[in-house]
Amino acid sequence: MTEIASTVANAPARAGLSAAGSAAVVRLAAPWIALTVAFAILPAIFTSGSALTVLSLMGIMIVFALSYNMLLGETGLLSFGHAVYYGLGGFLAVHAMNTVIHDRLPVPLPVIPMVGGFSGLLFGIIFGSVSTRRAGTVFAMISLGLGELVASSSLILRGFFGGEEGVSTNRTKLLHIFGLNFGPQIEVYYLIAGWCVLSMMAMYALTRTPFGRMCNAVRENPERAQFVGYNPRVVRFIAFSLAGLFAGIAGGLAAVNFELVNSAEVGAAQSGLVLLAAYIGGIGSFIGPVIGAVLVTWLEVMLSDVTDVWQLYFGLLFIGMVMFAPNGIAGLLMMHAPLWQARAYGSMLRLALAYLVALAPALVLLAGIILTIEMTYRLSVKAFAGTTMFVFRLALDAASPMPWVAAAMLIAGGFWLFRMTWPLVGAAWHDAFTLARATGRTR
Amino acid sequence: MTAPAVELIDVRKNFGATQIIRDVSLTVPTGERHAIIGPNGAGKSTLFNLISGRLTPTSGVVQLNGENVTGLPPHLINRRGLSRSFQATNIFPRLSVWENIRCAVLWSLGYKYAFWRGIDGLADVRERTEAILTAVGLIDCYHVQAGVLTYAEQRALELGITIAGDAGIVLLDEPTAGMSVAEAAHAVALIRKVTEGRTLIMIEHDMGVVFDLADRISVLEYGQVIASDVPARIKEDSAVQSAYLGTAA
Repeated sequence: MTEIASTVANAPARAGLSAAGSAAVVRLAAPWIALTVAFAILPAIFTSGSALTVLSLMGIMIVFALSYNMLLGETGLLSFGHAVYYGLGGFLAVHAMNTVIHDRLPVPLPVIPMVGGFSGLLFGIIFGSVSTRRAGTVFAMISLGLGELVASSSLILRGFFGGEEGVSTNRTKLLHIFGLNFGPQIEVYYLIAGWCVLSMMAMYALTRTPFGRMCNAVRENPERAQFVGYNPRVVRFIAFSLAGLFAGIAGGLAAVNFELVNSAEVGAAQSGLVLLAAYIGGIGSFIGPVIGAVLVTWLEVMLSDVTDVWQLYFGLLFIGMVMFAPNGIAGLLMMHAPLWQARAYGSMLRLALAYLVALAPALVLLAGIILTIEMTYRLSVKAFAGTTMFVFRLALDAASPMPWVAAAMLIAGGFWLFRMTWPLVGAAWHDAFTLARATGRTR
Repeated sequence: MTAPAVELIDVRKNFGATQIIRDVSLTVPTGERHAIIGPNGAGKSTLFNLISGRLTPTSGVVQLNGENVTGLPPHLINRRGLSRSFQATNIFPRLSVWENIRCAVLWSLGYKYAFWRGIDGLADVRERTEAILTAVGLIDCYHVQAGVLTYAEQRALELGITIAGDAGIVLLDEPTAGMSVAEAAHAVALIRKVTEGRTLIMIEHDMGVVFDLADRISVLEYGQVIASDVPARIKEDSAVQSAYLGTAA
């Protein structure tokens, strides 16, 4: 029984078992120490000019996506307007910075994201009291309506939202502490990294509280939650308010990072982006939205460099994930956990080889699709630039039939080969799990 | 004199023009095991829904331990010491068996909406969860996702969730329905054990179970209580026989 209890609760053990207790503490702290170290050394690994900018954006997006997942993943609330709390947090942070600068208040830059956080919390409480009365479709519709409401007021209330150009500030003019003026991006990066680690820890800790567990219960079966004493509305309301808090922190970090906040930050596109990031990463686990935030930020920067229609690829990725991997990238990784636990390294290697074999035709298929999309875009939308273009650094003429034939062959051939090789993956998968089950370490 | 655990006074429920419950008055003293029987469609589950706050009576009064709870939402009624199970299994399907029970013990131990303290360090929560799982015989599959349990196991889990909050009044809606004879016998023994010292009201079709468990039986027909008495008298009652036992035999 003692053994069951300690594994089940994966708790810092019972009184008296101090050895097991400290082991549990190490197990609990290890990921966070690793994360902190990773954040600390990342700028030394990625030294290119844009790396710091991208890493900063990733840090902000991680906080934002995790705050979104407090709603969608943990509590089952599908929000189409989460950028409201991110954007309003950003606006109030930027106004706070300007007030601090103007009145020469003794406030250093590192506490500014907290202004964003409190603003997000405040608006979360106000809008949450209206929207969390019901879950499901009603909640989703209200979130959409509130998002539109705030987005349209951002164009009307020009004093606060700064109209088209937004509100700008200068982060170096605040009180300097420890000799930091936060002019260089590296200093801002570490500021973001610090807030990101703190927010991640806080949001993870929240999932391991009585409230956090009841969020899951309300997501699963609100009626049953009610019959064990909980008011689902209150659970949803608290979750919504706290999600607003962390979204506001992310918005405050964005204000510090860009020194500019404009009305796009509260808009539907931003709300859509965070949904995408959380979903692609996987809403079923804590790590999912983190993966999604990193990937989506990277794709956004990288894809927009190489193609004008990067949003289209984004959409295709999203559709693909919804259709074929509804549990996201984290879900795909988790599928392999039983093999890892069974220490079936041989089968895992076989599986990896099968993946590689199937990957080749998949890439061919993808190349064909990309070629088709890029040529179509060039001929229809960007015709003024002429028909000669570069795809994968290859010069081709979109007006001639040859590239189209090539694209069609890539698609057809890639698809056919993929269909031929995919059963290999299935077979490797089947063998691996049969073996893992036979060793008795998985259920 | 202490107030009865559950008292219904002229409770009526209409769905549109249809009267489902017609002026039911029923008193269940504290500590009694009370069975409600009656043909399909007599309004037994509706009566449970009215007592537990899932539905609001059209008229009449529902009292728990002498306190008027008519029209209160389910969570407030639950906090006043009433817990119930459902005819169709009503659990948290994608949570583990452990989480199912743990969620059900939290409120009664006073943790409410606490988001400022960790759950894993709460010894009382862990011990009570463990005790409930042991009592309903699910301790060995604590880590299994509740949705993949067998039907009988899910019924045991449902019972576990129902008793986890240590409610003084327990309502069970057909706890043995759909079970094999062996499973039902096991379930009855379990119910008898875990409802020891509590007020129990149960809806049950299996007459063996009813006469075995109940201190008193009420017969519901067309939304009315046509008899309410000890099992021996219910057996002899002619109105009951024609309404229910006769047709069942």
